[in-house]
Amino acid sequence: MSSVIIPEYEVTHSRPNAFNKSYERKGELKHATHYCPGCGHGNVHKMLAEAIDQLGIQDRTILISPVGCSVFAYYYFDVGNVQAAHGRAPAVATAMKRSRPESILISYQGDGDLTAIGAAEILHAANRGENITVIFVNNGIYSMTGGQVAPTTLVGQKSTTTPNGRSIENEGYPMRVCELLATLEAPVYIERVGLGDNKQIAQATRAIKRAVENQSKGLGFSLVEVLSPCPTIWKMSAVDAQHWVRGVMEKTYPLGVYCDKTKDAHPRTPHAPAPPLSELRKIMGITSEEISAPEVKQEIAADKKKVDLHVRVAGFGGQGVLLLGEILAEAGLDAGMQVSWLPSYGPEMRSGTSNCHVRISSESIDSPLVALPDVLIAMNEPSLRKFDASVRPGGWVLYNGDTFPGDCERKDVNVLALPFTNIALEIGDARAANMVMLGALLEIADALPQASIDAALNRLVKSKKWIELDERALQMGRELYHEACVGV
Amino acid sequence: MDATAVKHDRGKMCVDENECKGCGLCMEACPPKVIAMSDHLNHYGYKTAEYCGEGCTGCGICFMVCPEPGAITVMRLKAKAAAAVSGSGLEGANA
Ligand SMILES: Cc1ncc(C[n+]2csc(CCOP(=O)(O)OP(=O)(O)O)c2C)c(N)n1
Ligand code: SF4
Ligand code: SF4
Ligand code: SF4
Repeated sequence: MSSVIIPEYEVTHSRPNAFNKSYERKGELKHATHYCPGCGHGNVHKMLAEAIDQLGIQDRTILISPVGCSVFAYYYFDVGNVQAAHGRAPAVATAMKRSRPESILISYQGDGDLTAIGAAEILHAANRGENITVIFVNNGIYSMTGGQVAPTTLVGQKSTTTPNGRSIENEGYPMRVCELLATLEAPVYIERVGLGDNKQIAQATRAIKRAVENQSKGLGFSLVEVLSPCPTIWKMSAVDAQHWVRGVMEKTYPLGVYCDKTKDAHPRTPHAPAPPLSELRKIMGITSEEISAPEVKQEIAADKKKVDLHVRVAGFGGQGVLLLGEILAEAGLDAGMQVSWLPSYGPEMRSGTSNCHVRISSESIDSPLVALPDVLIAMNEPSLRKFDASVRPGGWVLYNGDTFPGDCERKDVNVLALPFTNIALEIGDARAANMVMLGALLEIADALPQASIDAALNRLVKSKKWIELDERALQMGRELYHEACVGV
Repeated sequence: MDATAVKHDRGKMCVDENECKGCGLCMEACPPKVIAMSDHLNHYGYKTAEYCGEGCTGCGICFMVCPEPGAITVMRLKAKAAAAVSGSGLEGANA
């Protein structure tokens, strides 16, 4: 670090405080950014850091970095940092702003990120007038991935995917984001600036500060588009790239203020905080008297044995596959466990296959996907064939059918194969087969109290007649499991 | 050194050679053209910019055009010392 102290002089311009003093990057690279020499991202970072310093908001700023060359912005800014999925920065900023209204949310995005994959996110964030600041760095190309065409690429400009130059017939016209968003009513401030020369850079510095300041005043949605050099992909020297911004790029993207309602804008009322969990049932219209409010029974999970159950349920639409999984998960929830229920069904509503993943655990759940089920409930043969091989060695297959197909047999799993549909028919309705199978599963898993099953049934099954039938079906399933085990 | 005895420039700039990547934007931007490229290669193999030693006005333009967070530091003559220097105001000031 250069800290030359000369008594007659005072430092007027130096590394802004909003930057980290050194970067947690690879060993050798603690001082240098990962940007190429002359990259505009560096300038924009600096302007943003200066604005954060000048507005005194470093402690409450959260920067959302995108996918693209600026993906590593979090190495440099000493503020809160979240790195969003490609194009989703405005959605992440929206959520964070609404849940932390006192924070200053900056959505930092490239042109591929913002105008291609993230086109919907930015449009709707602007249309909602979210009180966030969007810094949109337009270098007219997908840089990080090596120079593919972007919606912003100039007509005639060559890229790896438009080797003969962008043509309007093939790729359409360069997308003018400021003009487009300025047609919306909600945004308060939209300006396009450039990094084409000293004057433009000074104006860009002012615009970025304003866009952040607007948010700190609560005024609403502000966006600054910065025409920014990418010397590497443009295959130019840094100085030529700067000139190209001013001489060429600017013709397609005129600089200027496209919307400024800041004078008349009133501070927006922050969104109300989310309602407490205890009110959720009322809000969702779950009113039945007999259901007591679900308490979070942490202690139960704590002193109970460790549970980590992975279940896959599969069958045809109409067999109650999803409901089976839902009741299982709901019961787990009632018992104070962590649960996940992930339905997965084909496009056909009828006669299509459907399946769901259920996890019940005494610890937090890392992924709702069940790749290696402890128990597979296969309600028909196609489902068995599809998932049989995935069952964890030592696990269980519950199969709805008279005979277990010989070619599906495995030595390392337990099988309970019974005509569950017929059994359900005998006790009242073939459609209760799912509950007979659930009954058997509950015995195998031995993790959930009957009271939690009852609570789940009451919550998810609306008719009394069906609750009663399902209770009988569950009991039948439990008994069938024990009979089968004795028989073994 | 005695401030009254020496003629001070209004500004000074210095380049941290660990951070400079030699893009040359500061040289292009500096109004009085008092920045040059050194022949020396830094740790990363970049040539780096360096101050010519005199003529800086302290305008800060090089700082804002430089893409690197802390490569450039600009200083200005303190008001007291400036009073001792004859001459016009801070032309091109951009702070
Ligand atoms: C969902 C997803 N799709 C595609 C990619 C590949 N990808 C990485 S960066 C990028 C384009 C970035 O371009 P831009 O937003 O213009 O940023 P720049 O690199 O130019 O700063 C793409 C398509 C990805 N990482 N994730
Ligand atoms: S490829 Fe372009 S945008 Fe990416 S760091 Fe290099 S100059 Fe910057
Ligand atoms: S502060 Fe101004 S005059 Fe001094 S070196 Fe930088 S650009 Fe040149
Ligand atoms: S602008 Fe910055 S990085 Fe580029 S040559 Fe000058 S000091 Fe070095």
